[in-house]
Amino acid sequence: MQPLTNKAQAVSRDPMTFWERLYLINIIKGMLITFSHMFKKQPTTRYPEEKRAFSPVFRGLHVLNRDEEGRERCTACGLCAVACPAEAITMEAAEREVGEEHLYREEKYAAKYEINMLRCIFCGLCEEACPKDAIYLSETFAPANYTRKGFIYGKPDLLIPNPMTEASDLALARGVEA
Amino acid sequence: MTILAFDWGLVIEKLILIAVVVFGSLGIALYTTFGERKVAAILQDRPGPNRAGPFGLLQPLADGIKLIMKEEIIPTAANKWLFILGPALAMTASLMTCAVIPWGSDIELFGRKIALQIADINIGILYVFAVVSMGVYGIMIGGWASNNKFSLMSSLRAASQAISYELAMGLALIALLMTTESLSLKTIVEQQIQGNWWNIVYQPLGFLLFFIAALAECNRTPFDLPEAENELNFGYHQEYSSMKLGFYLFAEYINMIMSSAIMASMYFGGYDLPFFDESTVAPNIAAMIGVGTLLIKIVLFVFLFMWIRWTIPRFRYDQLMNLGWKTMIPMALFNLLITGALILANL
Repeated sequence: MQPLTNKAQAVSRDPMTFWERLYLINIIKGMLITFSHMFKKQPTTRYPEEKRAFSPVFRGLHVLNRDEEGRERCTACGLCAVACPAEAITMEAAEREVGEEHLYREEKYAAKYEINMLRCIFCGLCEEACPKDAIYLSETFAPANYTRKGFIYGKPDLLIPNPMTEASDLALARGVEA
Repeated sequence: MTILAFDWGLVIEKLILIAVVVFGSLGIALYTTFGERKVAAILQDRPGPNRAGPFGLLQPLADGIKLIMKEEIIPTAANKWLFILGPALAMTASLMTCAVIPWGSDIELFGRKIALQIADINIGILYVFAVVSMGVYGIMIGGWASNNKFSLMSSLRAASQAISYELAMGLALIALLMTTESLSLKTIVEQQIQGNWWNIVYQPLGFLLFFIAALAECNRTPFDLPEAENELNFGYHQEYSSMKLGFYLFAEYINMIMSSAIMASMYFGGYDLPFFDESTVAPNIAAMIGVGTLLIKIVLFVFLFMWIRWTIPRFRYDQLMNLGWKTMIPMALFNLLITGALILANL
């Protein structure tokens, strides 16, 4: 076979010489190698104190967006649920009543919106499908939980803080996620 | 303090010394486990345990508490008495070694001259050998009482390994004893302090053989076949839990410390600080310097043990036996002959 690289080295099958059979020299060589590693830089990220940044295209937990006035953008059209290859999204639509204009941007809204984070494959197709800029994938991942139920995220878990009433929370969330 | 024609001060002084040495070695062993993990980590470019306390310094305490709090399990098929006797014997045997180690020169307190050695017996080395070979009973009994084939295999390995390497160890030592003409560790150390050189200069081959045999006696890598994790599931202490397991682990580390102390005393001048004249300072200060020097030598040896462990892979069983019987013993005999010839020629 044609060698693919020039890195191949022939293995020496010669009988070991006296010094090789003593092993001591090679053991000392090996020990010097391990000793030199005492002075090498540790590649460890000291996790809770120090976190490795995610890549800018990281697809993490979903958030449900609000507009500048703090109204939910989602109209429960169901396009995200259709786009979802893992069938992780379900929702129930409801009609906006009079007096709820400050809560919901459109006349129809999602009364219930659930994503099963165990089913979700974080492909981001929901984000692409959404015509209302309502769902985005953030830069965090789902924390551990004790039950399967705990991984079904409802609206309270997904909605971003209201920029009108909870501006400081929003800034905090943005700061952590950014 | 002479009552009934007996010097009770001596008893008190020895009891205090025993307490200090025993609890001191337990404490040092505790921190040797921490050192082992740290050394392993540093040699492998890792930070090692760093969560409990500053720099992870409380880690051994956390480990100790964990071991004590764990459930004690005695397998139903195990021989209950022997199962408990095993770790107790291993621990006792390893602690008994420290009785003859001279930790420093004499100190003077309350008008008494106190030797920093529990017992300066004239058969010191023989005593060490006797106790060290007792240590294998701890492993043998533990492995047998567990009623588990892996444990039994491992204890058989440990016993045959100990017998093979004790022979080479003894032969390597006889060459040294021929030059020192004494079995007392104190005398051997004093000779090195008074003489020009440490014994390592006269017995380099003997030291190498002794060191390798000591590695094997302590069941340290590359001779850790008795607890070979991947083939014997931790060997003789597989069935042990809680503090009984802790005793086995501690016994191993105490063995390491004691063999380091013996090597330091036999070949590296014991509590002798090189290029320093102890007679220029007060005897008590000189003794403290001596103790510190011996401790530093022990730490260096323990580091060497660990450094070897995290560098070299384990021997195969036949390689172990080959090395022991076909290499170490002939080399030790050769060393013995050379030493004898040199003594005869008055060199």
